[in-house]
Amino acid sequence: MAPSARASDRRTHRPGFSLRTLFSPITWLLSLVYDGIVNVVDFIMHPLQNVLGVRRMAYIFVLPNLLIFAIFILLPMILNFYYAFTGGTNLFPEDRPYVGMENLNTLFTCGNFLDPNTCRADIFWRALINTGGYVVSQVTLTILLSLISALALNKGLIGRGFFRSAFFYPVLLSPVVVALIWKWILQQDGLFNALIVSLGGDRQPFLLSAQWAQAWVVVISVWAQMGFYTLILLAGLQAIPGELYEAASIDGASPWQSFRSITLPMLMPTMFVVIVLSIIRAVQIFDQVFAFTGGGPGTATTYMVQYIYSVGFSNQQNQYGLASAASLVMAFALLLLTAVQLWLGRRNEAT
Amino acid sequence: MRTVLDFLTNTRGRKRLTYSDLLTYLYLMLGTLLMFGPVVWLVLSSFKSQTEILSFPPRLLPYRQETMAVEGYDEPLALYNVTFDDGTTRQLAQVRRVGIEAQMVDPANPTEVIRVNINQRAPLEYIYFGLENYEEGITSFDFLLYLWNSVIVTFFATILTLLINSMAAFALSKYQFRGRDTIMFMTIGTLMVPLSVILIPVFLVITRIGWNNNLLGVIIPAAATPTGVFLLRQYMLTIPDELIDSARIDGASEWRIYLQIILPLARPALAVLAIFSIMWRWNDFLWPLIVLSRSELFTLQIGLRTFQGELNVEWNLVLAMTVLTLLPITLVFAFLQKYITSGIATTGMK
Repeated sequence: MAPSARASDRRTHRPGFSLRTLFSPITWLLSLVYDGIVNVVDFIMHPLQNVLGVRRMAYIFVLPNLLIFAIFILLPMILNFYYAFTGGTNLFPEDRPYVGMENLNTLFTCGNFLDPNTCRADIFWRALINTGGYVVSQVTLTILLSLISALALNKGLIGRGFFRSAFFYPVLLSPVVVALIWKWILQQDGLFNALIVSLGGDRQPFLLSAQWAQAWVVVISVWAQMGFYTLILLAGLQAIPGELYEAASIDGASPWQSFRSITLPMLMPTMFVVIVLSIIRAVQIFDQVFAFTGGGPGTATTYMVQYIYSVGFSNQQNQYGLASAASLVMAFALLLLTAVQLWLGRRNEAT
Repeated sequence: MRTVLDFLTNTRGRKRLTYSDLLTYLYLMLGTLLMFGPVVWLVLSSFKSQTEILSFPPRLLPYRQETMAVEGYDEPLALYNVTFDDGTTRQLAQVRRVGIEAQMVDPANPTEVIRVNINQRAPLEYIYFGLENYEEGITSFDFLLYLWNSVIVTFFATILTLLINSMAAFALSKYQFRGRDTIMFMTIGTLMVPLSVILIPVFLVITRIGWNNNLLGVIIPAAATPTGVFLLRQYMLTIPDELIDSARIDGASEWRIYLQIILPLARPALAVLAIFSIMWRWNDFLWPLIVLSRSELFTLQIGLRTFQGELNVEWNLVLAMTVLTLLPITLVFAFLQKYITSGIATTGMK
């Protein structure tokens, strides 16, 4: 760590041509503009401050954020309940008749809760079960691979910076692009089937069989997201003081022992953050799959958000009440997951 | 020989490469291949002609068939290497193909037609990166318009997010005022509330305001990010209060303090939030999909998805447009990757 930091210091102080000298007239101009803005704002706001006093200026500072927050997050959160208990296909609340528990009843009327075919809202239950399976497998795989990658990157080998960027690159790609890239690779006449055929196998219907499609949805979202968690775990690894490892090796600890009794416990707080973030992300899976399989084949890759979207918005269904009720279920699941994780995190800290 | 080996196996003059180091390299290289491979495959495929796109098995590089103008034929004819039964090979041009038989001529003697079994001929090809897919794609896919919409949304949304989040974070970290704890509690409480959970009521609010089919309806609702407020507040707490107090004694107004002391000092955290915001907005899909239904307002992501849906499997055009869509963000990353990765690594975990 230390030698590379020094090397980069030297690089920035090297005289001669650099991006910074190229842009210096621009930054100078920008700073002039910025000073102008500061003076204008000051000219307007100073009298206001004289009226309100220093402390009340805080309200002015929070106001814009609070306003947007209240209108587009807080109010909708409350309205969501209203929608969940009203029916009809009208969007405006005043035109919606009160139906009580009917929407929730529709979602939860099942002959047998493990068999979606016996449910009134069978697609909802398929989506729920699909999402559960997806979250468990995707999060497990993502965390495992991110941890291995972070450990590999943490070894301080030559070219670490390049490898770090390479692992991070897919994170930047949009879900639609990721979906199209993989759809192209996995189609009937695609690269993977060509490889399989050249090795003597049979072509696989990757996107047309339910099991394959579900598996590939997991694989491509691990591919697209693991770089982000790798980066966060790597930062966590680098925050572990090196002296601990030196002390352990003096005491004759094996690498596996020091991994188990130094790395893992010291990494737990970071790991905790990564698990929380990845679960919340996984529960919301939508855009990638929407462009990848469109929820199919059949309903094999229909997940919760897609259910909400299709019931509420696509095919002129406009069953806003049902969609809102499903949203409530999802919000409740998220709340429950977060609470469990917080509780586990607390307990972990306590011991 | 030994010195070469020593050089190759020395890492920064410390010690020899160990067995586990080699294994690590192997893993990292395999990982790099898996991360870049699919994108490279996409880019290479986007230069292939439509017939080559449809052929199986696919080849790594894009090829074109060699053609030649032959006397007596209006169109240039495709050239093939033909192996005859006696083992000789000749270069012939194909006039037409009938079933498993190809009618071919010798370019030097175009009047005599030679009939050949199609298994005896191999096309004469050269590597060629054709731009037809891009040209044809751009005429049916309004790339520049979608790009413009995406840039507008990303730019203004990021500026707005940075501004209002940092203002709120300043107030929440440096002032004592009534309601502060409530606001902080709500901010943390909604960190975990994704837009997809409140989709329908937000759509109602947008419709009431009249922002359906308006880029404002995409930009404004997600601007007050709890994540941003939280991240910036945590960072601003580390800025010493004495700086602010001494500026006040010097007669600076609160806005001057915010603009000229707090914002410049919070630059690292602002940069991270800017990266996040750009990533969120550029890649945003679900919300623009609901708000925008007129195609002249589509962002790149919505446009690309619709384009792919309409053409179903005209892969050559879809591939070219996908490359164009991932190009801007790839270029930005290529230049700024060091700052992006280290920025997210240092602040992203707070």
